[in-house]
Amino acid sequence: MTIKVENLVKTFDNKKVIDNISFSVNDGETLGVAGFSGSGKSTLLKIISKLISADSGTIETTKNSDIAMTFQYSALFDFLDVYHNIAFPLLERKEFKGKYNKEELKKIVAQKLKIVGLEGIENKFPSELSGGMQKRVGFARAIVTNPKIILYDEPTAGLDPVSSTLIEDYINQLKKELNASCIVVTHQMSTITRACDKVILLYEGKIVFKGTTEEFLQGSNPYTRQFITASIEGPMEIKSTT
Amino acid sequence: MINIKDTLIFHGIYYLKRELKGFLITLGDIGYDFTRVMFYILRLRVNFKATIEQSSRFAVDSLPITLTIVGMTSIIIAMQIAPELAKQGAENYIGMLSALVMIRELATIMAGFAIISMIGSSFASELASMSVGEQINAMRVLKVDPVEYLIVPRFLAGVIMMPLVFIVASFVGLLCAGYVSKITANLSLLNYIDSLWRGLYVRDIMIALLKSAFFGGTIALISCSSGYSTRGGAKEVGEATTRAVVWSFLAIAIWDYIFAAMFYL
Repeated sequence: MTIKVENLVKTFDNKKVIDNISFSVNDGETLGVAGFSGSGKSTLLKIISKLISADSGTIETTKNSDIAMTFQYSALFDFLDVYHNIAFPLLERKEFKGKYNKEELKKIVAQKLKIVGLEGIENKFPSELSGGMQKRVGFARAIVTNPKIILYDEPTAGLDPVSSTLIEDYINQLKKELNASCIVVTHQMSTITRACDKVILLYEGKIVFKGTTEEFLQGSNPYTRQFITASIEGPMEIKSTT
Repeated sequence: MINIKDTLIFHGIYYLKRELKGFLITLGDIGYDFTRVMFYILRLRVNFKATIEQSSRFAVDSLPITLTIVGMTSIIIAMQIAPELAKQGAENYIGMLSALVMIRELATIMAGFAIISMIGSSFASELASMSVGEQINAMRVLKVDPVEYLIVPRFLAGVIMMPLVFIVASFVGLLCAGYVSKITANLSLLNYIDSLWRGLYVRDIMIALLKSAFFGGTIALISCSSGYSTRGGAKEVGEATTRAVVWSFLAIAIWDYIFAAMFYL
């Protein structure tokens, strides 16, 4: 098992945004974290990636597991070209500094770009790329250290259906290449269907469904039914702020 | 019956409380970032390539506006004092007075103002945009400390380059004052330089260089810290830039007072 989350709690301004959440993800498995906006999905990802700390609960990972994360809007460094974006952790991270020479770095970057289907764009800047290409460069940067855990924050948000399908394929491909444990935060049904092995559905910081993708799609649970049918009526109250 | 929450006093107290809280948070952020910057510098964990890049940006970007402001200010002052001193028969003091004013005060403070508007605002908006666009979070996830990668090189660039900017600005300022004195008070360049030497003290120059380094470091630190701690969107990026400019102005005014009190009181 690569990642095990137990009894996670996070409170902002006396409101529990993550309320006693527990789950585990095995090697080579993808967990989809679904839910409407404001349900606590992104906060959960930020806690796992150690960007913010939880109030209580534990996160266990396999020893020395590197955690990689891709962001909703790619978060590429706009002052660096694609080559330096991808090589960034190898050039700047203390444990990798000086480990690779220029030729080795070029080879690694080219290999990662090939995995995401973007050969030969090393000299381009993020502003010269489309949204989908930026996401794929973000994927290449995330996997440059061969992580065992990959977190995806809304990987298909803002993309057209064809680009979304492409991204979903790459999520599957990266999982296979690295035998990684993946967590995908999404509210896109296609991403859940095509890229996830199991799913948790969050509502007001709590898990209201946990099961396989097939069980999720059956819609036997009133929460999953409302999510799948995108209905306003149901146990999940849609707040005016969402 | 009057609801206390609707009264002007209540709103005034609420506003003051909010502003005081914001002030203390900003002060805390700057102090915390400074300790982290010093932690890296004292351990010699400095990205030299980034420091050189930022230093070159600091000097190249700020020099045209700094020289324009310092040059114009010295011309305006010389235009007003040179004819008056010449009328009193004290034209031999024009160079001396220019040197005292330029080295002790004018060049550093005017260069400081120019650098705040040109470099400080740019540092703040750049880091704020990176923070809002999650680039700083991405750096953290990639296990690269943004303070080491982004703030330390900018801080060092400020400390190193501001004294150099001061030297060039002083030279240009004194040259402009000499030229104006020649036109308005008919003072020859040789007499101006002779008078100037009498007002030029090594101690003043050393103090001014030290003061410039403090100004440069303070502007860089406040601007970076203000941008780095930004959360939200475009509105917050604008607020962070404004905050950086206002705080930098205040800080260099305070430093200027401290230096004057320490060395000239």
